[in-house]
Amino acid sequence: MMRHDFQTIADWISAKAKVLDLGCGNGELLKYLQDTRNIHGYGVEISDEHVLGCVKNGVNVIQRDLEAGLAEFASDSFDYVVLSQTLQAVHHTEAILHEILRVGRQGIITFPNFGYWKNRWQILRGHMPVSEDLPYQWYDTPNVHLCTMHDFEALCTRVGIHIQECVVMTGGRRVNWLRNLSGSLAVYRFTRAEV
Amino acid sequence: MIDSTPLVAPRIAHFSAPLPLKSGAVLAAYDLVYETHGQLNAARNNAILVCHALSGNHHIAGYHQVSDKKPGWWDNMIGPGKPIDTSKFFVIGVNNLGGCHGSTGPASINPDTGVAWGSNFPMMTVADWVDTQARLADVLGIRQFAAVVGGSLGGMQALHWSIAYPERVRHCLVIAAAPHLTAQNIAFNDVARQAILADPDFHGGNYYAHHTTPKRGLKLARMLGHITYLSDDVMGSKFGRVLRHAAVNYGYDVEFEIESYLRYQGDKFAESFDANTYLLMTKALDYFDPAHEAGSLRAALAPSMAEFLVISFTTDWRFAPERSREIVRALLDNERRVSYAEIDSAHGHDAFLMPDPHYHALINAYMDRICL
Repeated sequence: MMRHDFQTIADWISAKAKVLDLGCGNGELLKYLQDTRNIHGYGVEISDEHVLGCVKNGVNVIQRDLEAGLAEFASDSFDYVVLSQTLQAVHHTEAILHEILRVGRQGIITFPNFGYWKNRWQILRGHMPVSEDLPYQWYDTPNVHLCTMHDFEALCTRVGIHIQECVVMTGGRRVNWLRNLSGSLAVYRFTRAEV
Repeated sequence: MIDSTPLVAPRIAHFSAPLPLKSGAVLAAYDLVYETHGQLNAARNNAILVCHALSGNHHIAGYHQVSDKKPGWWDNMIGPGKPIDTSKFFVIGVNNLGGCHGSTGPASINPDTGVAWGSNFPMMTVADWVDTQARLADVLGIRQFAAVVGGSLGGMQALHWSIAYPERVRHCLVIAAAPHLTAQNIAFNDVARQAILADPDFHGGNYYAHHTTPKRGLKLARMLGHITYLSDDVMGSKFGRVLRHAAVNYGYDVEFEIESYLRYQGDKFAESFDANTYLLMTKALDYFDPAHEAGSLRAALAPSMAEFLVISFTTDWRFAPERSREIVRALLDNERRVSYAEIDSAHGHDAFLMPDPHYHALINAYMDRICL
């Protein structure tokens, strides 16, 4: 089954666009975009297993640690740079946002919304949250930088990100009211803020 | 010989059309020795060229004779069911011009003089080799290779193929290579050359007439090279400070295991390789620099049309991952299809010849996707 945020991302990406997918896994999103949008894509991955998965899927992949930046990629060289469900596991959050803005004309980021009511409820009851988009126990999670939608938007302002569009989902369905409370997964499209 | 695959017989192609070389010299005629594995299909679109490195040759896989102790140098990679699968592809290995395994080289007789070329054999470049390989492809009826593959100096040839004959290469596998040598790399090569040139048996390169070979120099050159192909860690774990005998004997004979190993490797190499070929191959390495001629690596790679797989190895300090990343960056700047993998290996530069499971899985997956 395709991940819930992929369809939203795909809807935003125009045909034949040049797309960079950071933390691309086995290249499922890029493969889908290649097959349906005829895009020219590259993935970035650190894990050997995922690099192999990308090659098997016929997706271009560059093995590198995102935390070290995107040195191989020239400024303004992509129509879209995607970071899907990876932001929360990145250590150098601001640095990667700056790199996305440098390399891409548009950025697309998806992350699990820590402000989702189920997460809040579990904390109220005295536990670290475990939910559909945050499936890990506190002791085995790869996540290091969880945030709510409000938190993310505040950081966007700080680093010069201009949010163009935001879709919020719970269980694969869009939610439209009290999104920072009712939404489990946030999907943002943005550009560089005009200086 | 250990398995039941049929023996492979090397063949010789003779070329009588003069070959203009990059140095300005012209070679009137020459032979190339090569071997092939698998069958060229009816569409003639399943051919793969494997380019060899400094001390390699055309014998890429399988056995020439039942009595052979070792198979070809890349037998773990090439063969039926192996990552470069000879039941799908027609795989060609060529001994480069100037080599010492059957192709015309310094030890061959110069028809103009009736004696061995020796130091008069013209200097070779990667571009010259690629031209000769293209001529061989013409003879074999191969208009376009499904892939050109090479490691180290072989990777440089693969890269140059994509620049010089872009329409003749569909896929380009550049492994443990670099877009040019660093000063440190050239320095190592020059020390190796000096060891040969300073050997009294070298006789200005015309040692054939003296019925001798500069074995001591070639041995030293190989020992130095060998050190740089391994990682500090691997040398440490393989040899450490282990002594050959119970205690040191305060002399210059072999004491440490590493000395014994290196001397043995050096001797073995000096018995079987031609010193003039070694000199010439190291110079070809030094000269390779497509970026210098085109202004930038990006400009140099602009003509390429192939899809690329670029691979480096974490502990390779002779052709470090950073050098492969330069190639990747130039390909990305040209919007070429490229994948890059950095293989975690302890084996230094030699890793490209080792049967690492992930490395082989990657090549296997890439080759699998090549459409015929």
